[in-house]
Amino acid sequence: MTNKPKLKLATTSLAGCFGCHMSFLDMDERLVELLEQIEFDRSPFTDIKQLGPCDIGLIEGGVCNAENVHVLRTFREHCRILVAVGACAINGGVPAMRNHYSLQECLEEVYLNSPDTVNPHIPNDPELPLLLDKVYPVHEVVKIDYFLPGCPPTGDAFYSLLKDLIGGREPQVEKGRLRYD
Amino acid sequence: MSDRLHLLHILHELQQKHRYIPEESIRDVAARFNLPISQIRAVVEFYAFFSTTPCGYYHILFSNCTSCGYQAGDTNLLHLLTEQLGVRIAQTHADRRVSVQETSCIGMCDHGASLLINGLPLIHLDSERITQMVGLIEAEKPLSEWPSPWFHIHDQIHKRGLLLKEDISAGDGLRAMLLRGRDETLTEISQSKLRGRGGAGFSTGLKWRLCKQAVGKAHYVVCNADEGEPGTFKDRMLLQQHADAMFEGMTICAHVIGAHQGFVYLRGEYRYLLPHLQTVLVRRRGSGLLGTTILGQRGFDFDIDIVVGAGAYICGEESALIESLEGKPGIPRSRPPFPVTHGYLGQPTVVNNVETFIAAAHIACKGATWFTSVGTTASTGSKLLSISGDCTSPGIYEYPFGVTIQQILQDCGASNVQAVQVGGPSGTLINQTALHRRIGFEDVSTGGSFMIFNEKRDMLAIIHRFTAFFAHESCGFCTPCRVGTTLLRKGLHKIIVGQGTRYDMAELQHMCELIRRYSHCGLGHTAANPILDGLQHFSQAFEQRLTQRDFIPHFDLDTALEAARQMTQRNDEGAHLDQGAE
Ligand SMILES: Cc1cc2nc3c(=O)[nH]c(=O)nc-3n(C[C@H](O)[C@H](O)[C@H](O)COP(=O)(O)O)c2cc1C
Ligand code: SF4
Repeated sequence: MTNKPKLKLATTSLAGCFGCHMSFLDMDERLVELLEQIEFDRSPFTDIKQLGPCDIGLIEGGVCNAENVHVLRTFREHCRILVAVGACAINGGVPAMRNHYSLQECLEEVYLNSPDTVNPHIPNDPELPLLLDKVYPVHEVVKIDYFLPGCPPTGDAFYSLLKDLIGGREPQVEKGRLRYD
Repeated sequence: MSDRLHLLHILHELQQKHRYIPEESIRDVAARFNLPISQIRAVVEFYAFFSTTPCGYYHILFSNCTSCGYQAGDTNLLHLLTEQLGVRIAQTHADRRVSVQETSCIGMCDHGASLLINGLPLIHLDSERITQMVGLIEAEKPLSEWPSPWFHIHDQIHKRGLLLKEDISAGDGLRAMLLRGRDETLTEISQSKLRGRGGAGFSTGLKWRLCKQAVGKAHYVVCNADEGEPGTFKDRMLLQQHADAMFEGMTICAHVIGAHQGFVYLRGEYRYLLPHLQTVLVRRRGSGLLGTTILGQRGFDFDIDIVVGAGAYICGEESALIESLEGKPGIPRSRPPFPVTHGYLGQPTVVNNVETFIAAAHIACKGATWFTSVGTTASTGSKLLSISGDCTSPGIYEYPFGVTIQQILQDCGASNVQAVQVGGPSGTLINQTALHRRIGFEDVSTGGSFMIFNEKRDMLAIIHRFTAFFAHESCGFCTPCRVGTTLLRKGLHKIIVGQGTRYDMAELQHMCELIRRYSHCGLGHTAANPILDGLQHFSQAFEQRLTQRDFIPHFDLDTALEAARQMTQRNDEGAHLDQGAE
């Protein structure tokens, strides 16, 4: 076991709140044990910006802009197993509440009509990623292998998912471990 | 209660008067009924025939049934109509003259493509008739001056059996019951082994017995004339030609279970039948067949009101129907308890289909043995079929249960048959290898819909139409059905346009199982049937359209950026996305 090469794990947050990442850290001391078997690649935890070939990719958040699409595609290309993590990645979640309005209504409300705007205009700097008309779940943009529900998924749920993947098993999270609060 | 005062009827009148239901009217009605405004608003929003924005002076509901052929040939008649009128679907013309909406099957499948204009069915549409219609609308001619044959519904009865060969005279069933005795009549119904004709096939004798035994402040009889299953129009004919027998069956039931009040729940699409039905009721009251002391029998008091629905398929489901009768949105109740113990106003209620009541009236007259002499052991008697689609003689056929599908196809002049949808979208899809199967509760059961599709038809398009029907008619109460039916429609569309992968197909199947298992009511339980049957019997049709690619996004990524491009006036490289080439 000690000779076995460690699995490479990458994580990212698209249109999410980093809550899933925080919850990941709730594995607490079990992280030490996990790090015997996995090592991080690109992730907010490591600040590695360039994604290399990975075994597992965890995606938090839905897809709200063109940059999200590019990041998600890069993850799909480089990760053997891609997991959608949390309500926003799976359903669009809170950011998708804007789907009830047109993009125009959203942007006008924020950048033109809101009472405290100075110099009202809709940002159009080419540096900024363009927004999609709606916030989409990740599986509508790339193929996803597994879904870990929860808002956020608990530390236990993350642990169980990773242990299964490390053990080469189909991930199964018990119902009792699935929480949405 | 008088029918006039029913909430649905008042809302209908308001809709007629204003062409929509204004907010002030909602408040007035709420005050009048002493109900919360939110409840009235919920009712207005629930039913397709009510609107909160103005419809046109000519309001057209175009039937998008697969069977009547509005898309047959090269012209889509609906598109032709909207083009010629210069309106978009579901938008009222700026001058408020006309509005066009799609609606689910209006039960005119034996009369070709059809629509409802201000509630009246207009049939046998073709390009020519549409052009004439548009002319009349532009000339603002009132409907009373339109050619009357356009509105003439002529029932085509091609085959008569037990029920249609010989009608009973008004009162005969009641007299036979009084002669035989109330309990003995119930025994006769039980011995006839009559099962419900509305689709589910529950034993009628048992239903009546359970209701009779149930304790309550009052008992009720309800006739389900909602006939919403696409491709079904046999109740339309029965209501037109055999209303007496239907009322007779209801009255017999009332006496058996001890009810004093009955209702016919008539689908909104059949509102044009209302005057006729009212006339028959008045006549029956005059002849002592309804009202107090029926046929001189002291304590035999019973009367019937007609409540007209407002364009919701789900209101054919018995508990949703009862909710609607109570003036609420038609959301199915949790069952059990069943209506036989907790129905209208929470009291014991029998709900039966039109054909079931007519069969019961005949059985009361002619006896159980007469009835069981026809049909099979598990399915006694006869079944009325509404045959439509690709055949030379669409119309009504009455067959003994046990008849093969092959036989039916021969009789109605169907050739090069690719598929038959028996029992409507919620029923069974049959392919060429299964034409030996038989109509009956033990084999292929049907509420009466029998749609034929020949080899020229695109099966996936038909299955898509059916799937869209459920997505449109889902009452929205439970998530598996509300969300799931729309996902099915979209998933199937992706396959149809050649963007579906093997993975999408597996997901579609998975979704079907989920909707079937976790939905709240019969609509959700059957909504996936067209796709499941299709995957089983027409797998080729699906396979052919699949792409070899591993994955294709579910939407067009570049189009999804268009709104942002416009607002920012950007068109640089970063302002575009490709679809993710392989
Ligand atoms: C979604 C749905 C729609 C239905 N529509 C009708 C209908 O239009 N007419 C009907 O008689 N039964 C319909 N039914 C069946 C009724 O719930 C009920 O079983 C029937 O009216 C009982 O009468 P029967 O025993 O005489 O068939 C429907 C059921 C479901 C789940
Ligand atoms: S299954 Fe569909 S129609 Fe039935 S209650 Fe649920 S949402 Fe309504």
